[in-house]
Amino acid sequence: MHELSIALSIVETAEEEVRNAGGRQVEEIVLEIGDLAGVEQDALDFAWKEAVKETVLEQAKCVIENKAGKARCLNCQYEFALTYIYDICPSCSDFRKELMQGKEIKIKSITII
Amino acid sequence: MCTTCGCSSDEPAQIKKPGFQAKSLAIAGPPQKQLHLLERDVLHKNDHDAAHNRQHFEKKHVLAINLVSSPGSGKTTLLEKTIEALKNEVLFHVLEGDQQTSLDANRIEATGAPVLQINTGKGCHLDASMVHRALHTMPPAEHSVLMIENVGNLVCPALFDLGEKYRVVIISVTEGEDKPLKYPNMFESADICIINKTDLLPYVEFDVEKAKEYALRVNHKLTFFELSATKGQGMNNWLNWLRQEHAAIPV
Repeated sequence: MHELSIALSIVETAEEEVRNAGGRQVEEIVLEIGDLAGVEQDALDFAWKEAVKETVLEQAKCVIENKAGKARCLNCQYEFALTYIYDICPSCSDFRKELMQGKEIKIKSITII
Repeated sequence: MCTTCGCSSDEPAQIKKPGFQAKSLAIAGPPQKQLHLLERDVLHKNDHDAAHNRQHFEKKHVLAINLVSSPGSGKTTLLEKTIEALKNEVLFHVLEGDQQTSLDANRIEATGAPVLQINTGKGCHLDASMVHRALHTMPPAEHSVLMIENVGNLVCPALFDLGEKYRVVIISVTEGEDKPLKYPNMFESADICIINKTDLLPYVEFDVEKAKEYALRVNHKLTFFELSATKGQGMNNWLNWLRQEHAAIPV
C-alpha cells in the first residue's frame, strides 16, 4: 500500500506550502497521475481519507488528472499510446521502447485560502 | 555536521526543500486566495534523500545494490550464499528490510557480515530516509558492497529509489512466469533479473524463456542470471558479475 506513502508526501508538501503562504487551508489540490505510474486510484482514495485527517487538506477538493502512457519505439521511432508497460510497437512489433509519458505522480497546483 | 556523510544535522535531508520556487499568482475570488502552480513530483523528498545517499556511496566508493522480490523468492538465501562465496574477496555490509522481526538479520549475521535490520512496521517498502538513518548507525567501509534487502513485495518498493547503483529483481521458478507482466513497474525499474530456484525446474511448469521474454517486453535493458542459490548451479555467473562490479569501484 505505497499509496499511503504517496498521500502522506502530498500532505507534507501541502502543509509546507500553506505555512509558507501564511494561509489556513487548501481549497483545491490538483494531482497528475500517469496511467503507468503504479498508483491504484481506489487505494489512493482509501489512503487519502486517513492521511488528510486534521491537516490543511482535510476540507480540500482533490482533482486527479490522469495522463495516458506514451512510448517511442527504439527500432522504428514510431510514437504510440502505451496501455500496458509490456505493449509492443504496433508498427514494427519490436519490444524495445522509451517511455515518454505516463509515469507521472505530481502535484500540479494547490489553491490556498 | 554529520561525520558519516557530511550532511548537516541542523538541517536534516528530510526537510530540505528542493531547489524549486513555486510560482504564485493571485486569482479572483475571496481575498487572499492563492493558486500555487507547483508541478512537483510527489516523491521529490524521497528522490532528494536517494540522491543524497547516492552521493555518499560514490564519495565513499561503496557499491550499493537494492534486492527486490515477492516474499519467498530466496533473497536472503541468495545473500547468504553470495557472502559466503565471496567473503575472502569482498567486504559486505547488509541492510535487511522487513515489516517485523530480526530473523533475516540473524541469518546474515551468522555469515560474519555486518548487518542492520530495518523494521518498517506497517510500511510495505524501504525508503531513502530509512537507508540514510541506517547508514548513520552502520557506516559501510570504503570499497565495500552494501546489499539492501528490501521488504518482500513486488509492488510498492518499485517507486522508491534508495540511492542504489543497481536494482536486482529476483523471481523464483515456483512463481508464475507471467510475474513481469503482472508487476511491470518493478521489472521496469530494475537493472538485473535473477531467476532463482532453477534446481526445481523439472518439477514445476515454469518456462524460463517465456519469463525472460515477458521481462524484456517490460524492460529491454535487463540482464539475466539463472541460478539456484541453494544448490549452487549458475551462481558463478552472478558472482563473477559482482566481482567485476566490485573491481570497477574507483580506488
